[in-house]
Amino acid sequence: MATKSLKARNNDIANTARQMEILSNGIFADGELPTFAAKIKETNQFPLRPKKLEILQINLGYMCNQVCEHCHVDAGPDRKEIMTIETMNECLEVIKKTEAHTLDLTGGAPEMNPNFRWFVEEASKAGIKDFIVRSNLTIIRANKKYHDLPEFFKKHNVHVVSSMPHWTRGKTDKQRGDGVFDKSIKALQELNAVGYGVPGSDLKLDLVYNPSGAFLPGDQMALENDFKKALKKDFDIDFHSLFAITNLPISRFLDYLIASENYEDYMYNLVEAYNPVAVENVMCTNTLSVSWDGNLYDCDFNQMLNLKVASTVKHISEYNEELLQDRNIIINQHCYGCTAGAGSSCQGVVA
Amino acid sequence: MSKNYYDAADLRKFGKITEWSEELGNKFFDYYGKVFEEGALTAREKSLIALAVAHTEQCPYCIDAYTKDGLQRGITKEQMMEAIHVGAAIKSGATLVHGVQMMNKVNKLDG
Repeated sequence: MATKSLKARNNDIANTARQMEILSNGIFADGELPTFAAKIKETNQFPLRPKKLEILQINLGYMCNQVCEHCHVDAGPDRKEIMTIETMNECLEVIKKTEAHTLDLTGGAPEMNPNFRWFVEEASKAGIKDFIVRSNLTIIRANKKYHDLPEFFKKHNVHVVSSMPHWTRGKTDKQRGDGVFDKSIKALQELNAVGYGVPGSDLKLDLVYNPSGAFLPGDQMALENDFKKALKKDFDIDFHSLFAITNLPISRFLDYLIASENYEDYMYNLVEAYNPVAVENVMCTNTLSVSWDGNLYDCDFNQMLNLKVASTVKHISEYNEELLQDRNIIINQHCYGCTAGAGSSCQGVVA
Repeated sequence: MSKNYYDAADLRKFGKITEWSEELGNKFFDYYGKVFEEGALTAREKSLIALAVAHTEQCPYCIDAYTKDGLQRGITKEQMMEAIHVGAAIKSGATLVHGVQMMNKVNKLDG
């Protein structure tokens, strides 16, 4: 298991231009598989355009206490990209005036940003209705200073969304690192103890499942039932919903696909599972992604590929929702990951 | 023409069998799809049965397909291996239960 990011290892894939090259060449260049643009043209869904903005997703930094096998952010303890308080202030100005009803904080481990709590408090005052923090769970147990996070989340009625790749220790630790399963279980129990995830509770706790290897997620509802049954029986843990998310062929997962000689088969899988209904509701149509340095992207994946929005407005400091909404969404072959089967987004299936 | 009897890429071409016999091919795929839907048995149970049978039939395409299907459903490798043992137990049981036939014959001819 790697303990450093691809960037720190100077891996070829850390270069986003190299990733774009891989995704554009080979089976897509020689016509063996249709490009994503060609595919959505078949159903007159090109160019992809935003609908009403609902979610503002802000990445507070790429630093993380974990180094997960398939992280699309290439996050890890060695990543130093962290949102400054100046950029946070620019975000707060936007939060005050945006039409979006949901603020979605992600990372890295967003809690590792030294101004995380201040930002949550300020954003909370700005009156966002649904307030998501994507917490990796283990951060709560990583250091004493994070032990009271469940209480902090509760105080601000934060909706906690956490990754949990499997209900067994072996599969979880293989993907997310040794000891992650036990710490995650402990963190979930602590969240339950303050009222998170309990049936009927307003304190929302949802889990995110993404496959541990080169295969697509199964039926979200069936997986949710399996997770609920196993976590309840083995650890007396409750949670609300499970979001099944497809691994997109970028960053560490792309590196894994190539190294394990699964890349072509995986792309075939994605293309064969293409669902035009999912295209209707892909998250880039209702979400805007803001990076740690304030740049704007159609989604978190485009952020990691360094594909800024195709708009005259490219930075949070020059935010203009009307101008931004009048843009074409930037697509490439990685987008097949969001349109396979029942579709995939940061909120789970979309079709 | 491939030099191998089996090629992993051929699995993707399975659907093409309808090209040379459309009605029968389509009827088969309709039936196949229906069989694996959630019914009195869960889709997960059916996937494990398919995996066990894939092994007793020794079909490499089916083994690829239902191993991946199992992973997608969150089935663990321990569960998959146990399912294969069920298939293996029936296979060996089917061999050994014929031992009674042998015993009957010996008893009749040489009892």
